[in-house]
Amino acid sequence: MSTKETEDTLYFGDVPFTSRLLTGTGKFASRDIIAPMLEASGSELITVALRRVDPDAKEKDILQYIPKSVRILPNTSGARTAEEAVRIARIAREAGCGDFIKIEVITDMKYLLPDNAGTLKATEILAKEGFIVLPYMMPDITVTKQLHDAGAAAIMPLGSPIGTNRGLEMKAMLKRIIEISKLPVVVDAGIGRPSQAAEAMEMGADAVLVNTAIATSHDPVMAGKAFALAVQAGRMARLAQMAEEKEYAEASSPLTGFLRQ
Amino acid sequence: MSFMNNVLELESFDFEGYFRSVSPEDVRNSLQRDELDQRDLLNLLSLTAQDFLEEMAQKGRQVTRQYFGNIISLYAPLYISDHCSNLCTYCGFNAGVDFPRTKLSLEEIEREAAAIAATGIRHILILTGEAPAQTPMSYLEEAVKIMKKYFSSIALEIFPMDEEEYQVLCKAGADSLTVYQEVYDRDIYKEVHPKGRKSDYEYRLMTPERGARAGFRALNIGALFGLGEPRKEAYLAAQHARYLELEFPDVEVSLSLPRMTKAKGIIEPKNILTDIDLVQFMLAWRLFMPRLGITISTRESAEFRDRLIHLGATRFSSGSKTGVGEYSLKDHDDATVQFEVTDDRSVDEVAEMIRESGYQPVFKDWEMV
Repeated sequence: MSTKETEDTLYFGDVPFTSRLLTGTGKFASRDIIAPMLEASGSELITVALRRVDPDAKEKDILQYIPKSVRILPNTSGARTAEEAVRIARIAREAGCGDFIKIEVITDMKYLLPDNAGTLKATEILAKEGFIVLPYMMPDITVTKQLHDAGAAAIMPLGSPIGTNRGLEMKAMLKRIIEISKLPVVVDAGIGRPSQAAEAMEMGADAVLVNTAIATSHDPVMAGKAFALAVQAGRMARLAQMAEEKEYAEASSPLTGFLRQ
Repeated sequence: MSFMNNVLELESFDFEGYFRSVSPEDVRNSLQRDELDQRDLLNLLSLTAQDFLEEMAQKGRQVTRQYFGNIISLYAPLYISDHCSNLCTYCGFNAGVDFPRTKLSLEEIEREAAAIAATGIRHILILTGEAPAQTPMSYLEEAVKIMKKYFSSIALEIFPMDEEEYQVLCKAGADSLTVYQEVYDRDIYKEVHPKGRKSDYEYRLMTPERGARAGFRALNIGALFGLGEPRKEAYLAAQHARYLELEFPDVEVSLSLPRMTKAKGIIEPKNILTDIDLVQFMLAWRLFMPRLGITISTRESAEFRDRLIHLGATRFSSGSKTGVGEYSLKDHDDATVQFEVTDDRSVDEVAEMIRESGYQPVFKDWEMV
């Protein structure tokens, strides 16, 4: 792998991205902050809940706040079944949101945890219809492979429950998924601080999605920039193949060296 | 199992004694916990906890922002009929109050819907009294279908129904159900609902459960403050919400805390919920259930609502008219209202206030599929 940043491109389907920070739109105090936040963070892909999109809005619709240079990743928030997610995705495409879709099939409103079976089913259907599908999922090895076979463009395992800012509570599972996944891995949900975003990237995640932590900070523009820098730092550390932390000390006099003497 | 079992179990619990026994240390401990249990809820609802109101508010605001973002959702109520066969002694629409009753025709409903939609509102709450003879299923179903043309989310606050009946309305396009128990104390319930369909406490208590099973994706429940002992009512309402959250994980649960006000032909409130109590209850609920929706109506004044934005509220009604036909058909002076609107600002004015408070007003937050 090249160490030149300029050649370090991330692909979802055949669409290239330079930035590895995905952002969200739903929690800002004012929608006017979205554009400057995007500029400061360099994020090229931003998720929007279709349930918030209103082409007939009396005031400006949410989509009009997103600069043309940034791609929209509509999500299926509110879907409780695969069928609902599929219908929402089709509505999003008709509403002019493009071919990207983030699948959220959620049956637990308390922790907003995804239903992997429903997510897989929706992925199969939508990938066949030509969508670039990014499914939000519980980190699970089998489902990772199944989503690949179903035609997903990436997988989006959660780091922690949405909005908790708890970081990578699913670390052990995420590591294993990064190891086996043939698709880009985007750690979504739970990342509350730039250091946690850097940690995910160092671990080998291909990208992260950060929403709450940016939107609810006192200065979302600066927070966006901070996350962008952290993601870059984490990515560069990964590419530089930094030495791993060691769980035990390396003896200066090897214990088994005598066997070869 | 239903929430009725919880209500019966709690009847032997000495609420007054427990609330009196709560120490500042108990409140401090409860405030420090990440996940609160029933005992923490009681502690935060106690009078002792009023000395910690600012701490509760700071934490409550942070939790609300974290889970909901810096947003307030907006909706408006639409009263389509004030016919009612119930005798709720605290309600201005009760059958014993003599005033000319109105039921909107389907054409009138459409005119009202268009008038509300023109203000930018996308979430509607349809209300009726309890008079199945005047507002039968076919009428309600048609009303929902008309709403579908104008709104993204349709909530119902009508009389309690069987699961099969709710299924019909869900299929027609309704997605949310509001039903208040009014008062969780069974003795007082009996006293203020002397006869008629509504006198069946258990049938009403089970209504949200029937609604969830019928397919509503959101439930809004609450107690009408002014009837039962407020702290106990606040506790039972929150327990009811928690029960629904656990029993129906795919349903969004919200609570309201309407306060009784004086009106023509009704009893005086048994007690008055003070502003400080109301804020304390909201915050205790918020900390107990971080993802709980909290709805504030225009019963509350503009000045008070402006403050509640920072204290855990997630949804406001706005531009509300509480009399049948008041949006487009008749003047306020000619209408009989269920309660007097205290915050009579327009939708635009409320949205502007929300923005000035550092929050985003959200008009549309649902998509019918």
